[in-house]
Amino acid sequence: MGIIRTEDLTYVYGEGTPFRKTAVDGVNLDIEAGEIVGIIGHTGSGKSTLIQHFNGLLKPTSGKVFIDGEELFADKSRLKEIRFKVGLVFQYPEYQLFEETVYKDIAFGPKNMGLTDGEADKRIKETARLVGLKPELLDKSPFELSGGQKRRVAIAGVMAMEPKVLILDEPTAGLDPRGRDRILGLIKEYHAEKGTTVLLVSHSMEDVAKTVSKILVMNDAKVFMYSDRSSVFAKADELTAMGLTVPQVTRVFDRLRAMGIEFDDEVFSIDYAKDLVLRLLAEKRR
Amino acid sequence: MEKFIEIKDVSFSYINDYDDPPTKNTVLKGVTLDINKGEFVAVLGHNGSGKSTLAKLLNSINLPESGDVFVDGMNTRDEDKLYDIRRTVGMVFQNPDNQIVATVVEEDVAFALENIGVEPSEIRKRVDWALKKVGMYEYREHAPHKLSGGQKQRIAIAGVLAMQPKCIVMDEPTAMLDPIGRREIMQTITELNSEGVTVVLITHYMEEAARAGRVVVMDDGKILLDGAPKKVFSQAELLKSVGLDVPDVTDLTHGLIRAGIDLPDDIISEDECVERLYQLLKKE
Repeated sequence: MGIIRTEDLTYVYGEGTPFRKTAVDGVNLDIEAGEIVGIIGHTGSGKSTLIQHFNGLLKPTSGKVFIDGEELFADKSRLKEIRFKVGLVFQYPEYQLFEETVYKDIAFGPKNMGLTDGEADKRIKETARLVGLKPELLDKSPFELSGGQKRRVAIAGVMAMEPKVLILDEPTAGLDPRGRDRILGLIKEYHAEKGTTVLLVSHSMEDVAKTVSKILVMNDAKVFMYSDRSSVFAKADELTAMGLTVPQVTRVFDRLRAMGIEFDDEVFSIDYAKDLVLRLLAEKRR
Repeated sequence: MEKFIEIKDVSFSYINDYDDPPTKNTVLKGVTLDINKGEFVAVLGHNGSGKSTLAKLLNSINLPESGDVFVDGMNTRDEDKLYDIRRTVGMVFQNPDNQIVATVVEEDVAFALENIGVEPSEIRKRVDWALKKVGMYEYREHAPHKLSGGQKQRIAIAGVLAMQPKCIVMDEPTAMLDPIGRREIMQTITELNSEGVTVVLITHYMEEAARAGRVVVMDDGKILLDGAPKKVFSQAELLKSVGLDVPDVTDLTHGLIRAGIDLPDDIISEDECVERLYQLLKKE
């Protein structure tokens, strides 16, 4: 059984009001441990509602959620314990920084888990290194840092709890290209180093294409698809119809194919695109 | 062309109170920039390069430490002109939650109009028009806090549109939107611009900047590059060295050029890239 599993998960907002809305509708999912998954879907497709179920912030209207084999809400006394297994980084997490120093802010989660000062200290320093925060920054106020640094502090605070599943909601929103690459790089590095499950919610197909191995597409409260990158981006027309896009290079090569250039590859990275053009040119010359 | 915004040798600093004694962080260092009436200017720069500070100078939220800013002939230091300046230049910020004040969508859009005493029938007209422009008309009776981030941002933009400003300054308005939302906002921007509204768009998305008429690149409180998108994005190395990027199609064509393929170095749109690659790869 996967690390995250749902059975007919349904969530309804505003039951009994004119604004009643089924935000998640009969979702069945089985996400394997160690996977790095991108979650995409248009605004209001249910992605945020879905991920809030994974650590019990929302209770299903009907259906079940299992984390690491245990059903959430089945035994209330276990809820806190299960929640520690799923770390959730919200959009613009830097707005949630509150402590006097960067060190204390990262320490907040680990301390709440009941770790000793020594264990917490080890994790804080290790996580700070992983997210690229220099040791001298740890004693500064988080509010003195740049936007990108603040965000890395906020992410470190969740990573330091060493959750079995790390969920990040739009972690690159509002960052410049270098900041984006840096955050995506550290997420990849974290995944490679810890081998834990990572879920990345994003509107940026380019970000998703270069970071994850599998993609979960939400559409109108339902799962449209849960598959590997190539199979998902091969459905460019359907994705476009539901308000999503594929990466710009994917669009370029889909159009070239439609114009009669022959190749079998699904293209979603610039390097791959470049190699493909060079290969096609070589074949043409032959 | 008629100058609409004149930024003359402007410097600006923030005082950092956390340090003892307080330290001064100079984010704009003698910036001079003219924006003509009806232009669509994209401003790029890494986080902390001074672009948001620059934007806030355009309607007197920030006042220059030295130098002057003129908007439609009015000096932004002139307190008597404050309301005129703010009516001339509308601002849309990154986070819609900080911009919404009312509990019903249409009331939020009407807020500024009510404040400046527009006739109720005219308010009705303008609110409906603005909500239709951003594609949120059907949500006019909804509660903003129940909308998604992207929808809220469109409400915030509608609130500014309803004021019918001559110029709209947007500070990363699409940062929280999904691709459709982004496309709609970009369409709205292009449409408004074609109707004569001057647009200043601060963005981290190179594809958005590529659609502007002019791109200004900020670095370290100064203007590093200023020109047509094709000219600016052909400088890929320089842009990358200051933490920026180029559109993916530009990145691809530059990679191919380095591999010895004969292509122009100023391809910035998808259409152009498809056409050039097709010419290259088609069967003889």
